Amino acid sequence: MSTPGDIVVIGLGGDGRGDDAAGLEVVRRLRGLVPPAVVLVESAGDPAQLVEAWTGARLAVVIDAVSSGAPPGAVHRPAGVEGGPSWHGSSHSFGLADAVDLGRALGRLPARLVVIGIEGADFTIGAPTTPPVLSAIDALARELEQRLRQESA
Amino acid sequence: MTHKTVKVGGLTRVEGEGALLVRARDGRIQDLELRIYEPPRFFEALLRGRFHTEPPDITARICGICPVAYQMSACQAIEAACGAEVTGPLRDLRLLLYYGEWIESHTLHVYLLHAPDFLGYDSGIAMAADHRDLVQRGLALKKAGNDLVAAVGGRPIHPVNVRVGGFYRVPSRRELAPVAERLRRAREIALETVSWVAGFDFPEVEHGYRFLALRHPGEYAILSGAVVTSDGGSFAVREWPEHVTEEQVPHSTALHARLDGSPGYLVGPMARYSLNSAQLSPLAREAAAAAGLGPVCRNPFRSIVVRAVEIVHACDEALRLIDDLAEPDTPYVPVEPRAATGHGASEAPRGTLYHRYRIDAGGVIREADIVPPTSQNQARIEADLRHLIEPRLDLPEEELAALCERAIRNHDPCISCSAHFLDLHVDAR
Repeated sequence: MSTPGDIVVIGLGGDGRGDDAAGLEVVRRLRGLVPPAVVLVESAGDPAQLVEAWTGARLAVVIDAVSSGAPPGAVHRPAGVEGGPSWHGSSHSFGLADAVDLGRALGRLPARLVVIGIEGADFTIGAPTTPPVLSAIDALARELEQRLRQESA
Repeated sequence: MTHKTVKVGGLTRVEGEGALLVRARDGRIQDLELRIYEPPRFFEALLRGRFHTEPPDITARICGICPVAYQMSACQAIEAACGAEVTGPLRDLRLLLYYGEWIESHTLHVYLLHAPDFLGYDSGIAMAADHRDLVQRGLALKKAGNDLVAAVGGRPIHPVNVRVGGFYRVPSRRELAPVAERLRRAREIALETVSWVAGFDFPEVEHGYRFLALRHPGEYAILSGAVVTSDGGSFAVREWPEHVTEEQVPHSTALHARLDGSPGYLVGPMARYSLNSAQLSPLAREAAAAAGLGPVCRNPFRSIVVRAVEIVHACDEALRLIDDLAEPDTPYVPVEPRAATGHGASEAPRGTLYHRYRIDAGGVIREADIVPPTSQNQARIEADLRHLIEPRLDLPEEELAALCERAIRNHDPCISCSAHFLDLHVDAR
């Protein structure tokens, strides 16, 4: 049985910038559907906040929008953060890679870190989420709901 | 004849994307351009045609670091247009939320962006590897700010609880009690932070700054006030367009601001401190004095000390507000639209942030104007760089480029806000 903070799901991104909100939207869809022990976090990519969020976690899942040239809505599951698509997390100069480096330097990485990327198509200010990305958000949220129930059982 | 070109083509540890180009000939700088080359974000255009209730949520997305500042300036501009005023406990809650953002933003800059310059590290992450306890302390301080923003604003980033007229829901005293407990520890850390940064080795540099900040009769201005300048000027926020004008410059997509026709004034912590330090909380004033800050600070490298003092003030005042907080009768006051123009300004962590909206009788926004701190400071940062590096043009180019980056970081520029975007490239040759 998991205790609160054992599992953390973090959605990265920004609202109001089209598909940049994909990670945030997955987390929002999980609210009320996952066991209470699963902590859900929305983040603009501030590394300090990410390190705080996943410190002590057995499992941290981070979902972010990516732009790698793959078809919109494609879901990326790289083995690690380095060497994957360009993880940005926000319009700022910080990102997930910085958070991982900071967590490593401080000895505050989760026991397991799973990174999932959703390929975006449109990151324009004020643009709505595009249909293929909406479909990917819904599908990923359903999959994570199932997996998180199993993980926290 | 000797030529020298320094390009900083990828500024690190600033918010956004930008670059610096310096061309010198025979020991004199000919061109110095802080280049902001991301496209403008056109938020002002996005706001036209939206309802008067929407700017707090829309403009909060301009910046992931200072969304509360955008919400507060936007709310106050809309409320001014509509003839509404937020006072009493609701205003106190706005102050409380804003102090949370100051703690978050200043701590991030002091610990992860600025301190590495003084301790000889390329990044906050590299510094964390050698100074784990220091960085852990910074994260604990920042978390107190995050928790305060989450408690009042609904969540730690892009708060969703703010609306024109007040809040959707008011936090109870019981909900704020654990936040206050963490703030008491944060205040101690903030005092330790002032002592820590005061011991850094500061280059002996002073500039003849013309400062601009808000001033409020009853508090160290953060949420509202009249505009004052260090040369004795004073005007109401509604008179801003008569005094502050913006112009396009070819090398940047951020506008440059002029004050009464002259470029190069400074907003931000040094301006606030130099104009209003007597209004800091007694504890913050004591910390400033112990840190060796006089009543005015003109050395931009010492801005890290000013920020640390402002964190003490924010923790101290937030605790006082929580202790004294009366629960408001309603979470918001009605803000009915009317055809009018409203102006609002507040002190974002990086300086004065001005908003203007013209709305019609139905509440539809017809014009929007946002003047962020970094676009106001851009010309002054260029002047800082010119004064700093012209006597040092003989330095090795790598050293010169590093000094330029430090000089820019002194002002914590948020280029994301100013271009309504900045990335930093360093290419010395």
